[in-house]
Amino acid sequence: MKNTFRTIATMLVLSLSSAALAGSNDIIVEKPWSRATIGTARPGVAYMIIRNDGSTPVTLSALRTEGARMAQIHQTSTNEQGVSSMAPAGDIVIQPGAFVALEPGGLHAMLMNLQQPLAEGSSFSLVLGFKDGEVSIDVPVLGFAARGPEE
Amino acid sequence: MTRRRYVLSALLVGIVALALLLAVGWWQVDGPGAEPETGPLPLAFSEMEFSLTDHEGNPVGPAALIGRPSMVFFGFTYCPDICPTTLADISGWLDALGADADSMNTVFITVDPARDTAATMAEYVSYFHPTIRGWTGSETEIAKATAGFRVTYERVPTEGNGYTMNHTASVFLFDATGRFVSTIDYHEPRDVAVPKILGVFGKQNGA
Repeated sequence: MKNTFRTIATMLVLSLSSAALAGSNDIIVEKPWSRATIGTARPGVAYMIIRNDGSTPVTLSALRTEGARMAQIHQTSTNEQGVSSMAPAGDIVIQPGAFVALEPGGLHAMLMNLQQPLAEGSSFSLVLGFKDGEVSIDVPVLGFAARGPEE
Repeated sequence: MTRRRYVLSALLVGIVALALLLAVGWWQVDGPGAEPETGPLPLAFSEMEFSLTDHEGNPVGPAALIGRPSMVFFGFTYCPDICPTTLADISGWLDALGADADSMNTVFITVDPARDTAATMAEYVSYFHPTIRGWTGSETEIAKATAGFRVTYERVPTEGNGYTMNHTASVFLFDATGRFVSTIDYHEPRDVAVPKILGVFGKQNGA
């Protein structure tokens, strides 16, 4: 009985720690998700909301995951003619009390040179590198036609 | 003397008028008063000419789309963000249309035929609404198709030998006669998109 409780307690702590942050307490990452990929030739993506609950600006400058050789924040933009293009977004500054949304059709984490396909139902760890520390998050992989974590 | 003054002032009035005309012209054409450049509209299917292959290997072209309303989107399967999102949106609209989805053509045409073979398109469209067809073909025929739809696309190199494609990401709606009706732009909400689609059926409110 005691062991069962201990197991449950351990599981709880583990599941909490995967959602919590290692690094800055002021950076809150909400609703992370990724989309399943066909094979490894195509890039993967990750979306999330990054909130700065601190009192000083933070700068997101790097991404790292074991599953991809290269990870960068990219920006999709669509001009008046309806033509969409995508380019690295560079450093992203988040002001105190503000948030940045990585969402379809805008900013997104681009995961290039995938080492294995992102399978629906799995998850992977993604490290967000800020100028003064790192935040590690767990990103669940949703279906190929997913539009967000609400579904 | 008075005659010279008259000529001079007439000349001056002329110059001022011309300058004003130029200014107004600039304002309307290139200046802040200009309409946003939307580019020419897609041709009717009957005026287009191209031969492609659908994801099941059947020969297809613009004539195949005449007779039912059509929804057409250009993209590529290596596109990580906007293409799967738009196809997921389209799938959501088709779900909302119910049985009407079966009475229209919904086609996803690749702008990256070098990587998007018919087999690739087959796997890709299988993840979305079952009525969506995937079309591909030779570079030449894709160029002819995009010209008809007034779609632009461009290969852009990325770090590490890869490339991505810039491309027109609007969804085009055509009526059953094959005439272009309107576009649905990226991320228009479902309650705007679905009535637009029903519009090409000649319906306003679903029923």
